[in-house]
Amino acid sequence: MVVFDKPHALADVPMHYCPGCTHGIVHRLVAEVIDELGIEGKTIGIAPVGCSVMAYNYFNCDMIEAAHGRAPAVATGVKRANPEGHIVFTYQGDGDLASIGMAETVHSAARNENITVIFINNAIYGMTGGQMAPTSLPGQVTQTSPYGRDVNHCGFPIRVSEMLATLDGPEYIERVAVNNVKNVKNAKKAIKKAFQNQVEGKGFSLVEVISSCPTNWGLTPEKALEWIDEKMIPHYPLGVYKDRSAKEVE
Amino acid sequence: MKTTSFLFAGFGGQGILFAGKFLAYKGLLDGKQVSWLPSYGPEMRGGTASCGVIISDTPVGSPIVSNPDVLVAMNLPSLDRYEDAVVPGGIIFVDSTLIERKVKRDDVKVYYIPATKLASDNKTPTLANMIIVGKVLDALNDFQEESVVTALKKVISAKRADMLDVNLNAMKLAIEN
Amino acid sequence: MADKVLMKGNEAIAEAAIIAGCRHYFGYPITPQTEIAAYMAKRMPKIGGCFLQAESEIAAINMVYGVASTGLRVMTSSSSPGISLKGEGLSYLAGADLPSLIINVQRGGPGLGGIQPSQSDYFQATKGAAHGDFHMIVLAPSSVQEMADLTVKGFELADKYRMTSMVLADGTMGQMMEPVSLDYDIKPMPEKPWATTGTKMERFHNITNSLSLVPEELEQLNFARYEKYKTIEEEEAMFEEYMMEDAEICIAAFGIAARVAKNAIVEARKQGIKVGMIRPITLWPFPKKPFEAAAEKCKQFISVELSMGQMIEDVKLATGCKAPVTLCNRAGGMIPSPQQVLESIKEAANGGAK
Repeated sequence: MVVFDKPHALADVPMHYCPGCTHGIVHRLVAEVIDELGIEGKTIGIAPVGCSVMAYNYFNCDMIEAAHGRAPAVATGVKRANPEGHIVFTYQGDGDLASIGMAETVHSAARNENITVIFINNAIYGMTGGQMAPTSLPGQVTQTSPYGRDVNHCGFPIRVSEMLATLDGPEYIERVAVNNVKNVKNAKKAIKKAFQNQVEGKGFSLVEVISSCPTNWGLTPEKALEWIDEKMIPHYPLGVYKDRSAKEVE
Repeated sequence: MKTTSFLFAGFGGQGILFAGKFLAYKGLLDGKQVSWLPSYGPEMRGGTASCGVIISDTPVGSPIVSNPDVLVAMNLPSLDRYEDAVVPGGIIFVDSTLIERKVKRDDVKVYYIPATKLASDNKTPTLANMIIVGKVLDALNDFQEESVVTALKKVISAKRADMLDVNLNAMKLAIEN
Repeated sequence: MADKVLMKGNEAIAEAAIIAGCRHYFGYPITPQTEIAAYMAKRMPKIGGCFLQAESEIAAINMVYGVASTGLRVMTSSSSPGISLKGEGLSYLAGADLPSLIINVQRGGPGLGGIQPSQSDYFQATKGAAHGDFHMIVLAPSSVQEMADLTVKGFELADKYRMTSMVLADGTMGQMMEPVSLDYDIKPMPEKPWATTGTKMERFHNITNSLSLVPEELEQLNFARYEKYKTIEEEEAMFEEYMMEDAEICIAAFGIAARVAKNAIVEARKQGIKVGMIRPITLWPFPKKPFEAAAEKCKQFISVELSMGQMIEDVKLATGCKAPVTLCNRAGGMIPSPQQVLESIKEAANGGAK
């Protein structure tokens, strides 16, 4: 009996992520969903610039590497090239999606572009070595906020899910976390729904995944998972922020 | 070998660009080389509008009409601005309803046409432009009804085919007067 | 003649693109090229195509990147300031070896500049659109007919060489109407086995990518790309020669400047001055050969430009300093008059550059 197997959609190559990084978990969840929906052959993934820049090597579906922040625009092109035949997802971090690419994020949501966005929020720029992100918490110490994020100087973190949920466009917005088994299971459900929505033609679905960055947070992997519960989730509450179809059912 | 350059100028909304386009199309249908170049940008919005048309037996070089052979001035600012640019021996057509002054130059031929009044009397107030164009063609001995009608068909959309005769009749108004 | 219609240059580009098989257009409003977007917005929904007004020039070029990845013909258009914003995307398109067509209907600059015609994006288009070692094929139309012809040609070359073609027009070319015939024999697109259209579970995954972290490998990619560029320089340079048979003075001009220069040449010839013109149609690759040949017999070159003098550098390189090259120019949205060009020609005839 097989008790553990690699999803088919996940490439059998070593990943470059740091020990304790939760990118691996989310990659696996995405791949499992692609397998379960049987869509690998028509899925095109868009990798960002950031820690997951090389995600294009980690999925067995066709992949595109986008410029920093532009993944939703690239996804728009790929989807519009073949709306029926292409399943398109972007995989983006907080700097990519919520800072340099905010316009692309907001407008693809406003257009209800029929794509799936996986948004990794770990409140830091990982790839470049731990700088302040648009989602870094007030007081959070990073390389570019060495005395703690001073909201009077550089403003407040952005709650992307809440903000996007105010738009009429998007179909589905949910925030999940991957710091314990229960949360991982919920995250899987949300990611599956976000892909299923696209298959059914429902439109823009974004799952914000609260993730850890032990390396740049300066914590052990275990402590980093605890930090999610203690600091991140209180600031970024989990839950469904928008689900238009559910509303219609009521 | 002949090249004639036209400059149409007036207010936005007077059909300046349309008149030029009609003339260019007529040239094309007559087997000539043609170009049509409008002024563009913010000045189009309610301000002055102008377009240069070149009709030639040989390929058109520069499409920019700086010194027209024929100037159609449909408001005073246009006459003020372009009167001196007309080549010696050229022709100026003036909408005398809207322009009270006379052309100062004596080395050009001038036609004063009360086009806006004629248009309004004819209950086609938007066709002062075509009334002048009719006069332009007549003055240049170029008013062949057949090619005029064919050109009109090119510039008037099929949906507004009823406007064809209205335009044609307007074009004859100044000739008959 | 009967099959010709009067069209604005911008509209001719749009219709020619559709004829060439382009069904995806992304753009952002900017004068003086908005007619292209307006035309596409009207036509695309009726032919099963996609017109989408993007949130920015940056988004538009990245939508182009997305469609180009799937192997379909795709385009965007803009004017100078908007092209600067697209620079990032142009570099990524080059790095990922994707075919696409970009239209630049130039206006005066720098900065927000003006909206009147200009040729001051010559350097940007031919030498420095964005970061990294790369070129675009740059096509410079001089009539409405060429606006259409070079649009079709641009798509064909882009697909042939897997790179970006840019039509470098100007406000005059975009706004003017001339007779145009849109009768094309469109060749089928080459196979695109690299396209990211889904594996269908039948092949290993395709990756569209411009990231290469191993310098030895990235160097090889650059070498390979420049081999391709060498082929293009040898095979694809296009130009027109006008009255060059006996010319002693040679004008270099493209686009609207070449149209103005023709008037001046006709006038100068009437006055007995032996002047001709080489009009580059491809700005990259620059047509070096006719200039090399002309340098053997002409005593002076005059570069006529709507800029502070950009193409003149390529003319100097191509002629190898065998004869002086002077500049006859206007800038900032102004256009040289035929009289101004004629004066330059006369000056050259009366002893040339000091």
